[in-house]
Amino acid sequence: MSLTLLVAMGVGVLMACGIYLLLRTRLFDVVLGLTLISYAVNLFIFFMGRLTVGKPPIIAGSLPKTLAHYADPLPQALVLTAIVISFGMTAVLLAIGVRAYAENGHDHVDGDQAP
Amino acid sequence: MLSPVIALMLALPFFGALALLFVSSDRRRLSGWLAGGFTFGGCMLLMWAAGTVFDGDVVRWRVEWLPSLGVNFGLRLDGLALLFSLLILGIGLLVVLYSPYYLSPADSSPRFFSYLLVFMGAMLGVVLADNLILLAVFWELTSLSSFLLIGFWRHREDARQGARMALAVTGLGGLALLAGVLLIGKAVGSYDLDIVLASKVVLQKSPLFAPILLLVLLGAFTKSAQFPFHFWLPHAMAAPTPVSAYLHSATMVKAGVFLLARLYPVLGDNDLWFWIVSTAGIATLLMGATVAIFQHDLKGLLAYSTISHLGLITLLFGLDTPLAVVAGVFHIINHAVFKASLFMAAGIIDHETGSRDMRHLNGLWKYMPITATLAMVASAAMAGVPLLNGFLSKEMFFVEAVAVDSHRLIEIATPIASTIAGIAAVAYSMRFIHDVFFNGEPVFGPNAVSKTPHEPPRFMRVPVEVLVVLCVVVGVFPQFTVGPLLAVSAQATLNAPLPAYTLAIWHGFNLPLLMSVIALAGGVGLYFALQKKLNLHTIVKLPGDAKLLFDVFIENLTALAAAVTRWTQNGRLQRYLWLIVATCVLVVSAAFALFPSTAMPGRVLVSSEFANPTVIVIALIGMACAVFTAINHQQRMTSLLFLGMTGLVVAFAFVYFSAPDLALTQLLVEVVTIILMMLALNFLPKTSKAEAGAVRWPDAALAGLAGVGITWIVYQVLQRPFNSIAPYFLQTTVSKGGGANAVNVIIVDYRGFDTLGEIAVLGMAGLIVALLLRDFRLPNTPFDGQFGVKLAESARISLLLNTVTSLLLPMALIVSIYFYLRGHNQPGGGFIAGLVFAVALILQYVAVGQRAAEARARLRYPIWIGWGLLFAGVTGLGSALVGFPFLTSTFKYFSFPLIGAVPIASAMFFDLGVFLTVIGGTMLALATLGRLGQRDVIASTKEEAV
Repeated sequence: MSLTLLVAMGVGVLMACGIYLLLRTRLFDVVLGLTLISYAVNLFIFFMGRLTVGKPPIIAGSLPKTLAHYADPLPQALVLTAIVISFGMTAVLLAIGVRAYAENGHDHVDGDQAP
Repeated sequence: MLSPVIALMLALPFFGALALLFVSSDRRRLSGWLAGGFTFGGCMLLMWAAGTVFDGDVVRWRVEWLPSLGVNFGLRLDGLALLFSLLILGIGLLVVLYSPYYLSPADSSPRFFSYLLVFMGAMLGVVLADNLILLAVFWELTSLSSFLLIGFWRHREDARQGARMALAVTGLGGLALLAGVLLIGKAVGSYDLDIVLASKVVLQKSPLFAPILLLVLLGAFTKSAQFPFHFWLPHAMAAPTPVSAYLHSATMVKAGVFLLARLYPVLGDNDLWFWIVSTAGIATLLMGATVAIFQHDLKGLLAYSTISHLGLITLLFGLDTPLAVVAGVFHIINHAVFKASLFMAAGIIDHETGSRDMRHLNGLWKYMPITATLAMVASAAMAGVPLLNGFLSKEMFFVEAVAVDSHRLIEIATPIASTIAGIAAVAYSMRFIHDVFFNGEPVFGPNAVSKTPHEPPRFMRVPVEVLVVLCVVVGVFPQFTVGPLLAVSAQATLNAPLPAYTLAIWHGFNLPLLMSVIALAGGVGLYFALQKKLNLHTIVKLPGDAKLLFDVFIENLTALAAAVTRWTQNGRLQRYLWLIVATCVLVVSAAFALFPSTAMPGRVLVSSEFANPTVIVIALIGMACAVFTAINHQQRMTSLLFLGMTGLVVAFAFVYFSAPDLALTQLLVEVVTIILMMLALNFLPKTSKAEAGAVRWPDAALAGLAGVGITWIVYQVLQRPFNSIAPYFLQTTVSKGGGANAVNVIIVDYRGFDTLGEIAVLGMAGLIVALLLRDFRLPNTPFDGQFGVKLAESARISLLLNTVTSLLLPMALIVSIYFYLRGHNQPGGGFIAGLVFAVALILQYVAVGQRAAEARARLRYPIWIGWGLLFAGVTGLGSALVGFPFLTSTFKYFSFPLIGAVPIASAMFFDLGVFLTVIGGTMLALATLGRLGQRDVIASTKEEAV
């Protein structure tokens, strides 16, 4: 199996599982789904900078500063902050979930409108 | 000639409408005078400008509006615009004079007149516009203001319905017109009227010509009530009669034929135009004329008569010869004059008798002889009796009908149809005269003639008198009265030299004269035959009112809209998310399917690199863990463990594909996220309630489709050549950023502003969590400490863990500082350092309990967030102070013992801000959730409950 197909499938599987969980009725499941989706999206952006093995974008010695010798740093920088932000999102959703559960007696995503 | 006079003329009615807003509704005289004054002012300005137009010049005025789109606010007064402006302002002035007598004290005069003036201004805008976009804008404004005028008596249901129907039909036409205009702009390259009018060949050769023509005609036909869009006009008769006289005879319904006239030079002179326009015209002419005979409502009769006359004018334009166009323009003038006077006469009759029903109105001659005389002269003009203006243009119409040069069948059918329509026109005019003023005595009663009929106030009749005198004068001396106006307006319409024609009453014995005679004699005969054989009064209702059809259509449309809304907006998050994902899948697939070459450019490279077996196994484990996360979602703890494993595999992917910074971040965030989720699980149900079925297949199918789509996109992209701006960063990261770690330099330097925003978001997330749960008490005690980390004070502090973590914290701090310092050149940086520190703190919490840990370190996380953002922000401002853009970084190398040369870049301070904010935000969220488990929080709740 080619590496390209493998990573493409990996992103797809994460996305599919994430979306399936996103469509569940309980908030905690939705949070799990969103986490999987952020993995998928982060990998997606990261892979857009192409697959480079063993060439981290840390300038060393006299190697020519081209993409033949270094991985693309830009998607990495974008993804790094995205990883941290997704933690913030998870935290807020969980806080809402805890509070909603305490007030409604269940953690259905539709809150007090839940069927 | 350039002159702001026409701009002022256009602005006056709008100023008037504004001024009327400040008049209280019982000041009837004042509002009448105001409206009259502004209209009169407009008339004077028009007179001033008219001289230039009669000299063969065009008056222009222009300011830039949207120059980038080629749309200017330009006005242009040529012959055709002059004719229409004259009708709008002249008849407008008469209507303003007439209205105060018609309106009752209960009606708000200022409101009426301000609507009327807005309409007047909009209509002037349509005829003066130098730019097709501007024309379309004013066109819509006429639809809107006519909606307000038709619905003026808003307490009446028929008025509201009529207004809505008129708006729906003409508004739809207006949208079609706008689309047509945009296409014209695309085909010609300009919306400028002069350029468009000169682009006949370009436009008619364009492949867009057919759609353009259809769309523009749709606009014209809906506005001018052409069959099959005629049905709104009779229902618009619910408007006050002055409105009908103004909008529905003289001006607004003429906007459609104005459009035909305006664009005739570019759109006319081809077969498509001939067939569509003349067919619509002839159908409308015949239908309107015959239906009019059977109306009982005076205004209904006039409305259908108007429809038929509009059909006549449309037919003349459709016949597509210069002479027919001249006749069409002439009939526009004549019809406006006699029909406005007839509507006003109908209004007088309505006002002075209390009824409009011809079954009750009989024998009014002896009660109001002067009004009767005026109405009879105007009706005769409508019927086309010689020596009146209607005769002249009808005669020209017959000449053109005979002269049609087309298929043999058409050549025979057109004169015959014209004669039949002429007969019907005479018949309904006859009915108007005979049924109302003769034919026995009025039927008195509360639902019939409720007042003793009498002549109206003196000045209510003046406008009618003026118009009727015009009918006669034009009819007798056409060349001296209307001749110059007709010449200049027809010339502007044709945009070419005028054909030879004579305005005379007598053209000798010929076929058109015979047709006129047949029409007159046949019409009178038809009317009396119908009255005798059928007794028109007994006909209850004509079948085939399109209103029923329209109502059913509107009802179904509303029901459909409601059903769609109920289905899409059902208040369930699941439905919304499902639809959003489904739409994404659908739209993206459609884009790839329909535009494969645009969506997937470039050559496909065959990827020759094969994955090594270890990588394959790890990837498969990751995918399996993701699948297990999804499958086991009802067992939340299990699901969470699989999620953590998936995260580890993602971190491995970052390691393998040369992203050490990402791998470190992913690992650390994974740790804090899982801890956070376990904490939350303390207060949440441990299982998800089962939904119907183990797996919901529609959701699974959609998720699968989306997954396949993403896989396919990634696979396609990775096989294509790569063009990146990355080399710039690689080449300048050391020389300009002062750091070898390109990723870190991008974060703190190149994209520093982004990062500032992102840490602000993280800080805010922490604060939101804190605020959401601040004064929050758990209503019961769901906390059972069953899972994982128990951050509450613990009775059984593990001595070993306690000792180890006491040592670990300072060490972790050192590691964290190390990561922070080296981050500019090696994997690390503020984000990672902050996360390392946070993990060490959490371990401390686990070991000694939250309270002890917080007491030991005196930690107040919101302060950390504040300091962090302050550091980052001030660093940025520092560079701004010395004249560089916000967040510009400078650097110098300093030597430190043991560590070596360290570049002290101003970006390092920025990164310090990142470091502090990350610790603050992360820990605030965790500590807040942890605090919920503390005993006294639960205990105090219990006390409150007691």
